[in-house]
Amino acid sequence: MKLAYWMYAGPAHIGTLRVASSFKNVHGIMHAPLGDDYFNVMRSMLERERNFTPVTASVVDRHVLARGSQEKVVDNITRKDEEENPDLIVLTPTCTSSILQEDLENFVERASLSTQGDVLLADVNHYRVNELQAADRTLDQIVQFYIQKARKNGDLLEEKTAKPSVNIIGVSTLGFHNQHDCTELKRLMADLGIEVNEVIPEGASVHNLKRLPQAWFNLIPYREIGHMSAHYLEKEFGMPFVDITPMGVVETARCIRKIQEVLNAQGADVNYEEYIENQTLHVSQAAWFSRSIDCQNLTGKKAVVYGDNTHAAAMTKILAREMGIHVVWAGTYCKYDQEWFRKEVSEYCDEVLINEDHGAIGDAIARVEPSAIFGTQMERHVGKRLNIPCGVIAAPIHIQDFPIGYKPFLGYEGTNQVADLVYNSFTLGMEDHLLEIFGGHDTKEVITKGISADSDLGWSADGQAELNKIPGFVRGKVKRNTEKFARERNITEITAEVLYAAKEAVGA
Amino acid sequence: MTLADAQPQALDFECETGNYHTFCPISCVAWLYQKIEDSFFLVIGTKTCGYFLQNAMGVMIFAEPRYAMAELEEGDISAKLNDYEELKRLCMQIKRDRNPSVIVWIGTCTTEIIKMDLEGLAPRLESEIDIPIVVARANGLDYAFTQGEDTVLAAMAHRCPKGSAVVEESEKQERGNAITSLLNFGKKKEEVVAEESEYHDHAPLVMFGSLPDPVVTQLTLELKKQGIKVNGWLPAKRFTELPVIDEGYYVAGVNPFLSRTATTLMRRRKCKLIGAPFPIGPDGTRAWIEKICSVLDVEPKGLEEREAKIWANLEDYLEIIRGKSVFFMGDNLLEVSLARFLIRCGMTCPEIGIPYMDKRYQGAELKFLEQTCIDMGVPMPKIVEKPDNYNQVQRIYEHDVDLVITGMAHANPLEARGINTKWSVEFTFAQIHGFTNARDILELVTRPLRRNNSLKDLGWDKLVKEEAKV
Repeated sequence: MKLAYWMYAGPAHIGTLRVASSFKNVHGIMHAPLGDDYFNVMRSMLERERNFTPVTASVVDRHVLARGSQEKVVDNITRKDEEENPDLIVLTPTCTSSILQEDLENFVERASLSTQGDVLLADVNHYRVNELQAADRTLDQIVQFYIQKARKNGDLLEEKTAKPSVNIIGVSTLGFHNQHDCTELKRLMADLGIEVNEVIPEGASVHNLKRLPQAWFNLIPYREIGHMSAHYLEKEFGMPFVDITPMGVVETARCIRKIQEVLNAQGADVNYEEYIENQTLHVSQAAWFSRSIDCQNLTGKKAVVYGDNTHAAAMTKILAREMGIHVVWAGTYCKYDQEWFRKEVSEYCDEVLINEDHGAIGDAIARVEPSAIFGTQMERHVGKRLNIPCGVIAAPIHIQDFPIGYKPFLGYEGTNQVADLVYNSFTLGMEDHLLEIFGGHDTKEVITKGISADSDLGWSADGQAELNKIPGFVRGKVKRNTEKFARERNITEITAEVLYAAKEAVGA
Repeated sequence: MTLADAQPQALDFECETGNYHTFCPISCVAWLYQKIEDSFFLVIGTKTCGYFLQNAMGVMIFAEPRYAMAELEEGDISAKLNDYEELKRLCMQIKRDRNPSVIVWIGTCTTEIIKMDLEGLAPRLESEIDIPIVVARANGLDYAFTQGEDTVLAAMAHRCPKGSAVVEESEKQERGNAITSLLNFGKKKEEVVAEESEYHDHAPLVMFGSLPDPVVTQLTLELKKQGIKVNGWLPAKRFTELPVIDEGYYVAGVNPFLSRTATTLMRRRKCKLIGAPFPIGPDGTRAWIEKICSVLDVEPKGLEEREAKIWANLEDYLEIIRGKSVFFMGDNLLEVSLARFLIRCGMTCPEIGIPYMDKRYQGAELKFLEQTCIDMGVPMPKIVEKPDNYNQVQRIYEHDVDLVITGMAHANPLEARGINTKWSVEFTFAQIHGFTNARDILELVTRPLRRNNSLKDLGWDKLVKEEAKV
């Protein structure tokens, strides 16, 4: 048992349902107790989805507990098949129902005898994998199923398209800015003269999966979802894949160069160097921004980064490499894939933090006292408490992270969005100076904001007065550093002198 | 056609497949931990439960709530770990960090399936760590949404002290009169004694049902006007202030989903239940007070004028909804009371979906609904227990309903199809009880209609391309 208040990645069935409901005309059926269909609320509310979420529950109640599901699951599958004629029904167990150890595979087999559509059982262990791993696995399962089906029917399309083409794999519902990223990636491909063969799973039809092998290569924009499918397609059809996330100027260029290499290896003879240069220097504003005097003010400022693998790694590199910001630590909750994360970010931050416990992350933020945080909604709330600005870069997210306006994180427009996000998160440069000169616009009494910074020290009147002159957003930090300094030297009352001695000694 | 022809003889009850959307009953921790200020709620379940709580509670999760998950891992499921030791470890940690006056264990579907004996473990651990542990099985196998509160309050009912067990007289005063002492705050003792005489001499009365404190005060004052004294409230603001409940006390429920609590109070605590309609809407509030008065042998006074005044104040809202139809998909058990109120407001209601219908506990409310339909000359609604959301959506299309009260899973898709919706969960969290809050209910009910009135000339009421096959 684990005492838990908050989790970064959801349970496995959420991942399965994210993939299933991303496809067009695929229906998810959860073998779950009443109330577990919360996924529908999230999709309907967060994505402001206009259509009914194609997920229903085959309810596990007291009777099921006593006698087993018997015909119930089969009936629910065949009923849904008749009502909505989906191409595919994915049956998914939940944490609860998987303990019942019912032979769901058998139900699926029996149901598929009488359904028009296909029926699959999501093959995920609810106690071993999380939302992201399950999504990756489910996508792979569906891809494999339809490739094999096409092969059996003899209508698998293996011949490559005439012009270079790509499958974009891993765009899904409830993914962080996925819709906008997808549009941006399609634009990028169009710019590069590459046809988009298929985008899966978002908006795709399972009937089109047999066309996957026609593409020249696969693009996997996100680390978390799509790798298993890419590996499968590579093994089956020798399809190469590019898994460099085009987030940030340097990584986007690296991704495009990798695409160039992959295409040229298949005889395409493309050269994207001029395009990259033109985009970098003249189209995207991010490169120019990092050169501009605005960005100078950010030099050496401290930041921490936390999120999923994809976004935390990319963000760390952007901050450190493209903006000269000091990333004190970068962390991920994708514990299962931590080697990759370490490898990606090690050279761009002082410390790597692999932890799923939001309390530990909060403490690590309080300890470092960065000028800005880039994290999830949870870190945003930590930031609020500590009065440190936070840019949200990864799920878990709230409704405000599903903006209506165009806000990709990937590609060249993505670099602009990220630059804005970073710049707006730090206190603006000039304001920063003015606050220092005029002693801040906030003259409230100091309150201790830290989680564990309860003070046993006294502040003399003049010490307090000096402290109050320090701008609000750094005051807490100065206070703590000074107290630390005083404690180390057994000083019990902090006067103005002590304050400045501390500043000189530790740079408070 | 005469008016009488439109009236079926009695309410029509149906039961469908139970394929409907509702919140898991563990959601009750969200409002109960706020209500019972010295409590800590420990939900013993899986990641799924945690994910639901974290998403459903939204911003509240960041306010350092006094609730947590005891997240079961593979070792717990396969009994490789010792339940008792594991729970002890976590409860010790909670005691250390938060020092609550009570820890409430919420049993979930998983603890049911693996048959974790929470009721058996609790007394042992309770004596070992010296904090009361209350066990409530609020799981999705048996219950829906608000019934979670019912299971918690039923378990708490066992913990209410007996008058004889309260040794110190002063303590008894404090406990028994938590509400009155609150109302008497700042008054001299002689004044309090003088005020006591304002009450009729009636048998002790305890209310049950968790309501926000302002609503508790409002309802208590409402009864005080009738000379009826409320001896206590289950739950109280603090666990240590649970009311004295002795044999022969009268009890009355304020919410329609509290049937287990009512049963427990009757059977285990030998109380007498006042079966009344619920104080939702001015009609409901008046009927509730009148029933309590009649049972306690008190002549109600001034209620008719009070109700009429409230209705008069609602006229601007009533204009908007009069003659319109409302459809309850059903997810929180408040449906019958709300439908009864809205019919009194002049609406029609083809269907009341409801997760579970206790015809005995809700008996008075159902009769009141019937009477209201007759008074207003509208057809009786069909009451559909364990509804099937898919079928309901078909019926909504057929009936061309003006307003659908439904969960969030269906609200946006229905709006996109040009159907007005109101999110049902808001009724659980808003203050809807008593005379004072009648306006708040109508504020909620009329909001979509008012909003859509201002949009109606823009020509974008249907926003899905092909009419979905649903």
